[in-house]
Amino acid sequence: MKAIEWFTQVLEVLAALAAAPLFLAWVNQCRAWLSNRSAPSLLQPYRGIRKLFYKDAVLATNASALFRIAPYIVFGTMVLAAAVIPSMGTRLPFTSAADAIALVGLLATARVFLSLAAMDVGTAFGTLGARREMMVGFLAEPALLMVIFVASLICSTTALPAITEHLATESLALYPSLAFTAVAFTMVLLAENARIPVDNPATHLELTMIHEAMLLEYSARHLALMEWAAALKLFNYACIGFALFLPWGVSVGQGPLALIASVPILALKLALAGGGLALIETLSAKLRVFRAPEFLATAFLFAVLGLLVHLLLRA
Amino acid sequence: MPLGRWFEDAASVAGAPRVCGRQVTPAQWREAAQALAANGGRLLSLWAQGAIGAEQTMVAAMIADPGVLLMELPIASRAGGAAAPAGEADYPGLQDLFAVAGRLQRAVADLSGLRSSDRDTRPWLQHGAWPAGFRPLRDLALPNAAPSAVDYEFVRVDGEGVHEIAVGPVHAGIIEPGHFRFSVVGEKVLRLEQRLGYVHKGIERRFTQLPLSQAHRLAARICGDSAVAYSWAYCQAAEGLAGIDVPARAHWLRALALELERLANHLGDLGALGNDAGFAFALAQFSRLKEHLLRATEQALGQRYLLDFIQPGGTRADLGGEASAALGRCIALLAAEAQRLREIFDEHSGLRDRLVGAGVVTSALARRLGLTGLAGRASGQAHDLRCNLPCAPYDQLTLRMCLREEGDVAARVALRFDELFESCRLVGEILLRAPHGPHATAWVDPAGGAFGLGLIEAWRGPVLIALESGSGGRICRCHAHDSSWQNWPLLEHAIIGNIVPDFPLINKSFNLAYSGHDM
Repeated sequence: MKAIEWFTQVLEVLAALAAAPLFLAWVNQCRAWLSNRSAPSLLQPYRGIRKLFYKDAVLATNASALFRIAPYIVFGTMVLAAAVIPSMGTRLPFTSAADAIALVGLLATARVFLSLAAMDVGTAFGTLGARREMMVGFLAEPALLMVIFVASLICSTTALPAITEHLATESLALYPSLAFTAVAFTMVLLAENARIPVDNPATHLELTMIHEAMLLEYSARHLALMEWAAALKLFNYACIGFALFLPWGVSVGQGPLALIASVPILALKLALAGGGLALIETLSAKLRVFRAPEFLATAFLFAVLGLLVHLLLRA
Repeated sequence: MPLGRWFEDAASVAGAPRVCGRQVTPAQWREAAQALAANGGRLLSLWAQGAIGAEQTMVAAMIADPGVLLMELPIASRAGGAAAPAGEADYPGLQDLFAVAGRLQRAVADLSGLRSSDRDTRPWLQHGAWPAGFRPLRDLALPNAAPSAVDYEFVRVDGEGVHEIAVGPVHAGIIEPGHFRFSVVGEKVLRLEQRLGYVHKGIERRFTQLPLSQAHRLAARICGDSAVAYSWAYCQAAEGLAGIDVPARAHWLRALALELERLANHLGDLGALGNDAGFAFALAQFSRLKEHLLRATEQALGQRYLLDFIQPGGTRADLGGEASAALGRCIALLAAEAQRLREIFDEHSGLRDRLVGAGVVTSALARRLGLTGLAGRASGQAHDLRCNLPCAPYDQLTLRMCLREEGDVAARVALRFDELFESCRLVGEILLRAPHGPHATAWVDPAGGAFGLGLIEAWRGPVLIALESGSGGRICRCHAHDSSWQNWPLLEHAIIGNIVPDFPLINKSFNLAYSGHDM
């Protein structure tokens, strides 16, 4: 079975790379429909990335090497994260290298490099964005860890594929604790991926930006990698959510047929998740920046509630 | 000093209703300004009057209960037309009485070379686009010298952890250019200083090259979102000084155009305000409504944005019976839809949280610094030329002045809704009651040296045009003033204590003009 495991691994990474922009486009399309606008094409993010790769990169005169390598590091960590998240199959050769806590660390690494690069050039906006990103990050990470702890306690392991496998294969049981953590996770997903209500990915107002403000100095291939990485991050978060809360349909080592069947199931999950995300974003206004801590504290609280429910009720 | 004295022996001025003017001495200049300021008067505009290359008169237009007073202060010319020696002022400054005077005086110094006695002598509209000694509204001959760069010193804020954020004039979005210098601690704004003038185009000098009968087209293009107001104010001044009686129907059609312009701007702003708060749904819906309105406007009056509808002597086109009915139907539909959107705005907790309490201008501050127009009415300043100094046909219409006290972004949003519905009602009334008859009369060139003043309440606030005819039907001098001059400084106050990411929303709630200000 070694061959199929390696095949699953390669397939997952390639699928993440290929489908991440599509997922983003799908969210944008749903958002457009929900506000009675005609939607941009599903290929729009691909066109954007392609266009950027054709352009010549412009660098600020005082940009250091860090500024130039940051896009590759951020993109690389996102690809690596995609490799350890069981989106189609749980038997992955790479997953022994990183458990769920290491995955959170991996995402944090990307954030650190992104923020350092944003401050590197020394413009007011980059620093502003980096500061806000770190504020969101240090509040979101504990909540995300708490979400993972609940699932880990239920399954007695911190390895993400093992959690998925455990939840997917046992007889159907409702976990109130996971319901609470699912709410917490959704809130963390919105905050970490610069979505409304925490950040507005479509804004052109430089003073209100968080994620976009950090990318203002980037151009061409660097910007393409950063945008692709952002799409990958959203895709990864969605897949972490599926691994924890919607594990059914992934291949748990049953062979090629199950793997083939897991592809349309993943697509269906993504389509539903994208629609739900668009709905949340359409119904919300953006929060004041200083409401973001409250928002993320609520997420943390929900995760803690999940933990308490699990410890007290064994559910 | 009683207020009435200054109005009693002043001569009536043609154009807008209840405008009078009188010559003053430098001592009276301050005295009269003090009397008006003490009695709730406000400075409308301040400029140097006179043909380019000729003697100049400082004019201050002030509005108080009795009407509008133009103070004219002749400036004694010096030998060879030279400027006053360094450090010597040409006229007494008014900044301590009227906050808006500061920037206006700096602009006069840049364009006409007359200096006030006030302390802030930094350039305002001069960005180094012309040589240091040249004054576009004083010197007839264009300079040969190369433009010289201008040093501009911002006020620095010192202290632990204070740093500056410089925004603009080039922004991340496609908007007009202005520079904003924030002094912040963390996210909290301690001070904002604006620098404007990046879109100075020399419109006032261009006016002097145009015939009186044509320049309404330039006036309409001073500030695109107030095209009707500017062209009406221009025509009011021009018709006043030429002594032309405009047919009654033209007045009503002009009011119709003005209200349609107000509606289009309010619809656009409400959508943009929602969008700036991350509520893209509002933008989509209000853009749709605005588009309906623009199409109906085109059907009825011939243009989407009514840039050339108002012309000296009347209007360019008449409104047919069928078009009138169609417009009425569109407005009724629009009001109903806007009502539903207002409910969403009022009930959306996330949106309310962004709007309420952001960018507050208290009514006391608004009164002291002379906040005017729409933003003023949102801070309890009951000034609306359509009610206070109504010209035809507003003197025959029943208009309810919309007023709010809170002075925050939510109040400015609510006021836009209020005015939207009031304008919808007004359009209905105008369509119903507009008299029949000709919509225009022939233009006759006046003699040179006649003066007229136009004053119209645009959607943003009062728009003023001061017009002097030259010989042969040409323009000797035309000064235009937008209420943005009054309100830009208040934006600096509205942001104090707020956080940086709320600035775009607060800025949008004022939505002040760059082009109309920079001229």
